[in-house]
Amino acid sequence: MNWVRDRASRALDYLWGGWGAAASLLLLTALWEAGHAAYGTLVLPSPRDTVAALVRMGGDGRLLPAVVETTGNALGGFVAASLVGGVLGAMAGASDMMRRLLQPIATLMLGIPAIAWVVLALLWFGGSGLAASFTVVVTTAPIVFSGAAQGVRTLDGDLRRMARAFRVPGPMLVWDVYLPHMLSYLFPALASALALSWKIAVMAELLSGAGGIGDGLATARVQLDTVKALAWVLAVVGLLLALEYLLLEPVRRHLQTWRREAQGGDSAMTRGLL
Amino acid sequence: MNAMPPAPALSIQGLSHSFGPQGVLDDVTFSLPVGRVGCLIGPSGCGKSTLLSMIGGLSEPTHGTIAHAFRHPVFVFQDPCLLPWRDARDNVAFGLKAQGVGRNERRCRAARLMEVVGLAPDDVGKYPHELSGGMRQRVALARALAIEPDLLLLDEPFSALDLGLRRQMQALVRRLIDQRNLTAVLVTHDLAEAVRLADCVFVLSGKPARLTARHDIARPFAERDDGFVHSEVNRLLSDPATARALAVEDMGHGGGQ
Repeated sequence: MNWVRDRASRALDYLWGGWGAAASLLLLTALWEAGHAAYGTLVLPSPRDTVAALVRMGGDGRLLPAVVETTGNALGGFVAASLVGGVLGAMAGASDMMRRLLQPIATLMLGIPAIAWVVLALLWFGGSGLAASFTVVVTTAPIVFSGAAQGVRTLDGDLRRMARAFRVPGPMLVWDVYLPHMLSYLFPALASALALSWKIAVMAELLSGAGGIGDGLATARVQLDTVKALAWVLAVVGLLLALEYLLLEPVRRHLQTWRREAQGGDSAMTRGLL
Repeated sequence: MNAMPPAPALSIQGLSHSFGPQGVLDDVTFSLPVGRVGCLIGPSGCGKSTLLSMIGGLSEPTHGTIAHAFRHPVFVFQDPCLLPWRDARDNVAFGLKAQGVGRNERRCRAARLMEVVGLAPDDVGKYPHELSGGMRQRVALARALAIEPDLLLLDEPFSALDLGLRRQMQALVRRLIDQRNLTAVLVTHDLAEAVRLADCVFVLSGKPARLTARHDIARPFAERDDGFVHSEVNRLLSDPATARALAVEDMGHGGGQ
């Protein structure tokens, strides 16, 4: 009973917190409108025109396929990056030798600008969606790698000893001891990687012209259609916000109940997702 | 509860152990009857905890034998070692889960044990960071009792607590040991704690640890007041071997008593 009440009050808290976010977004819209009034439609179309353009794109069947395409490219790359980065990171966390071997490679890959990867991917894979997915993998895998390595490396030796003293069977050791600890490091890395994968996917699509939101942006640029360009930007931002507040934030809150007091200020804005 | 000459429940014969070239334990032999509290005392880092983990089956000695008929030995460590991501009740139920006890039953038993160790019903859903040091140690104690142990291995479980709390916890542990007819081995470097809780005190010397003295404390736990503890500590220290073994700590670590 207490549990239900606790959950309900937390959900209400979360929804109530939405007013703050809504207020800040409305303030941004007001600034946007002011910019439009000052510089005119060619430089900054009004929010109303942009939303209208977005609705039009939705109506004539261009928006949805592009969103699906970009989502597919981003998620495909993200899943692959999570698997590769997670497994290699766990190995690096468990073994010093593996860490010495893999860490420099991860650092090097983080150092290569995403745009350079896009150019290479276009040369290797041509103008297909594979170029976008590949770029997402190579740019986000090192982030996941670091999180996973740190998660495994920092597991408290005392907890391991305690689990051994209670003769905890292997699967329970992973599920009850290793995984929750790892997740507290891995989840922030995964959240950053997921948000980044969208931006990288759009960038790669823009240069490859193989469909998706990026392709739409490229077309708008060629046609000097600022309204349409902004409408595409709005679509990406909408996707990111939905992802952040409907998926990542609730999961984050659920995972972090046990150290709620240590949390704070870790919102989408401070981590630069937008 | 036991027959007149109690049979040794725990028997350690010629136990030696080394980590590489470094000798840790040297020919340690002692025994402890069922339902008694034995205490291993000696300078810090002399190998008491190593010996305890061998008794609990967590590691193997290089030489010698450990014989006992206990089926469920359990440890309580100095650090409560609670899982930060589980609430108090699930931490208490941790050992039961490892034994494959179903969710409802283990939660029920855990809640009952939390009451036994003096935790309030409100504490059931609290996470370790919301509990005080003493409460955390109570959770750890309840977690140990949950698996219905017959041998309690206490590795300096009170040394991180302040004096008042320590006395409360000592009394609680000893009461539970007597109620449940458990056998216990306590590791400590505090002679007063040893005298207050134990029936037999085994004194270990510095590295490599040898058993240098054994003292029996006959008076029942309920009758051990401060005066008794004080005079008993003095009696034990009047034994040269004991004084020498424990003085090592005073020189090496600035005194731990």
